Amino acid sequence: MTQTIATSNTIPATSKNGRGKFLVGGALILAALVYLIVTATQSTAQYFYTVQELKDRGDAVVGKNIRVSGAVVGDSVQYNAETLELRFTVANMPGDQAEIDALGGLAVVLKNAVSDPNSARVNVIYIGVKPDLMKGEAQAIMDGRLDENGLFHADTLLMKCPTRYEDAPANQ
Amino acid sequence: MTLTLGLTSLCLAFVCAVYAAVAALLAAPHKAAWVDSARWQASARNAAMLTWPLLTIASLCLITLIVTGAFEVEYVSRVSSFAMPWYLKITALWGGQAGSLLFWSWLMSAFAAAAMLRRWERDRSLMPYVIAATMITLAFFLFLSLALENPFRRLWQDGVTGEIVEAVLPPANATVFVPPDGNGLNPLLRHPGMIIHPPLLYLGFVSFIIPYAFAIAALVTGRTDDEWIRTTRRWTLVGWLFLSLGLILGGRWAYDVLGWGGFWGWDPVENAALIPFLIGTAFLHSVVIQEKRGMFKKWNMLLIILTYSSIIWGTFLTRSGILSSVHAFARSAIGPYFFGFISLTFVTSMVLLSRRWDSLGSENELDSWFSREAAFLLNNLIFISLAFVTFLGSHFPIFTELVTGQKVAVGPPWFNQINGPLLLALVLLMGVGPMVAWHRATFKSLGRLTWIPAVLTLLALAVHYALGARTPITLLALAVITFSGLTTLAEFVRGVIARRRFGENVVTALLTLAARNRRRYGGYVIHLGVVVMAFGVVGAYFFQQETQATLARGETLSLGGFTMRYDSLADFPTDDRRQVTRATVTVFDADGDPVAELYPRRDFFVDSGQPMTIPGVRSTLTEDFYILLVGWEPIAANGATFKVYVNPLINLVWLGGLVFILGTLVAAWPDVEEARRYSAVATPVTAGAD
Repeated sequence: MTQTIATSNTIPATSKNGRGKFLVGGALILAALVYLIVTATQSTAQYFYTVQELKDRGDAVVGKNIRVSGAVVGDSVQYNAETLELRFTVANMPGDQAEIDALGGLAVVLKNAVSDPNSARVNVIYIGVKPDLMKGEAQAIMDGRLDENGLFHADTLLMKCPTRYEDAPANQ
Repeated sequence: MTLTLGLTSLCLAFVCAVYAAVAALLAAPHKAAWVDSARWQASARNAAMLTWPLLTIASLCLITLIVTGAFEVEYVSRVSSFAMPWYLKITALWGGQAGSLLFWSWLMSAFAAAAMLRRWERDRSLMPYVIAATMITLAFFLFLSLALENPFRRLWQDGVTGEIVEAVLPPANATVFVPPDGNGLNPLLRHPGMIIHPPLLYLGFVSFIIPYAFAIAALVTGRTDDEWIRTTRRWTLVGWLFLSLGLILGGRWAYDVLGWGGFWGWDPVENAALIPFLIGTAFLHSVVIQEKRGMFKKWNMLLIILTYSSIIWGTFLTRSGILSSVHAFARSAIGPYFFGFISLTFVTSMVLLSRRWDSLGSENELDSWFSREAAFLLNNLIFISLAFVTFLGSHFPIFTELVTGQKVAVGPPWFNQINGPLLLALVLLMGVGPMVAWHRATFKSLGRLTWIPAVLTLLALAVHYALGARTPITLLALAVITFSGLTTLAEFVRGVIARRRFGENVVTALLTLAARNRRRYGGYVIHLGVVVMAFGVVGAYFFQQETQATLARGETLSLGGFTMRYDSLADFPTDDRRQVTRATVTVFDADGDPVAELYPRRDFFVDSGQPMTIPGVRSTLTEDFYILLVGWEPIAANGATFKVYVNPLINLVWLGGLVFILGTLVAAWPDVEEARRYSAVATPVTAGAD
């Protein structure tokens, strides 16, 4: 014990040497952290697009991890309960809540998106149970990837319905 | 009447909090005229302590309104309904935004009052600023409660237009509007875990505000010795205990109710509670170094300031609606105020810290990168990295939109890829750190302490391999966890062997060991809890199996050695206004013997229109067979769709959690001997300072 204290008093020489070591150590930790963040972001980051942006970017976004939301076109919904294969088409709608509010609320925006024949559309395939709220003029929020043929493979599917979510006090 | 009483108490509590803060600040600078200062201080203290009874009355009034079904009160109609049982009506106090703010303020006032009662004489010189810091925080929350999220707001119907508005004071020409029934508590919150999970997190949050207040007091008064740390050590541990409990219960709730087969989803709100826990854990560790070696003083100040800011930030995140989350409160106007408050307190704290920067110099230097001190430093760096990564990931869409204009989000895989390796490094450090000598360690001494665990780990690896762990990553993770578990156990073994020399038997030796050095052995018990949890996490993340299928009656589905058979489906309403669809499923083990009958079900809450998926789980120590009923055909048809998970070792997460909590209790338990020792040392210091 006494010996160790004695060494700790001979600061000047070891201290400078020590500082350098700590700086190197700190830099190594920082580098490792940056490396982890960068690689994880490259492989898993998810991009938020509207249907229009998805169409505009075309091949550039194929294979990327994407979140896209759109208005479900009512008569496009096909579901096979045996294979759990759900296919539908979504029409372009703004992604930003403020923009939706400015246009008159979710219900209006969804209705306009579906009835506008010129709005950008994308076909979606999802393997899984059809959500209760999957119907025309509902908002589908999907995570997944776009393939070369322009078909969007959704891994997760979340539905938002204007009547249910806007009127009810949302106090979760 | 009840409403007026509640509202008046709330207003008075706000006035008291503001007065206490002002009086405390007035009391402080007049050191020359001691008598006046003492009177101001006493007055500030009285006002501060009065906030607790006043807020108790306000909370009781709100509970009374909920229990008696006063639906004209907007909050009451929002979170309760006639059909709800009484205990849910009481917990509805924190089931919505306005009530939970009031509840938070009530807890905060209780803790502040307790701190003032216990420590008044002992830490007299720090007290004015402790009062100021806690009361400014309380006043801010009460301001939000009164001005923006008033729980006593009523519904009014306009006499002319018939429009219904919410207001505290009666609008002109309006009469009180009483809806026939309320909406009822959010179904997701009707779970035992959820009933106590928010209060526990709140308790953890407000306990950490006390050490922060003492730190600020130390910075203002320049009494930057270890006094504030010693005084608040137990507060810190208690806060940490509640945060841990809250997080563990939150995980259990997610597993039981959210129906995605897991317990941690890196959801922004989960993260908001995790970040203070991570920074608080770093703080708990690094104060040890300040106490033992007089180092890391600035760092500790920084950590407690960051803990406080992250607590306020977390409260803000859950309420502002800026991040979408499974349990976000509704979008609300309180966001900007929170933002302002956090900025103000953070900047003020940092200015105070910079003013005392020089007096917080280290009494010692780090002697070597291979020492206990350095191990603690590394521990801190990893905890802060974890907190930083979690913070960055939670705000990724906001940051990327600010910087590039393109929203980019990151999900659970991102967090797992970064935090996974960091957590593993932390577990390794947890096993090695306590074996490393203070000042300057040698590989020889470390080797002497760790060679047996290392050899045993190699043997255990063979067992892991035989049990099915194949990939290098899983084997590495299992090796690290096993090794850390063994080195921690070895500490107990060494301690017991040493005591056995005094002729004690093993049990007595263990107990005396823990009793003599609560913090150290409590800490080791916590470490063992972490090891057990880590095994559970590895099992759940690397070995989880999952499948889904639509089955007709009598059909079966197999996964991970189990087979389930779908027997029947029932659909019925309940008294508390739920429509329940319940499947009956028989589970068979690998030999084809029936081992369980399970009832996965879906509850549809008629009033709120919300469904809730409750899994059927066959739970053993080795694995959970977890079945979700996710869809079904109309009654005429026979099909039902199930999602099935096999979650190996998941129960170790809960079991490890219990060990963890036990360890924290050992470490935090009041120690009479220690208190006596401490006051013997502390009294002359305080007297001198006065």
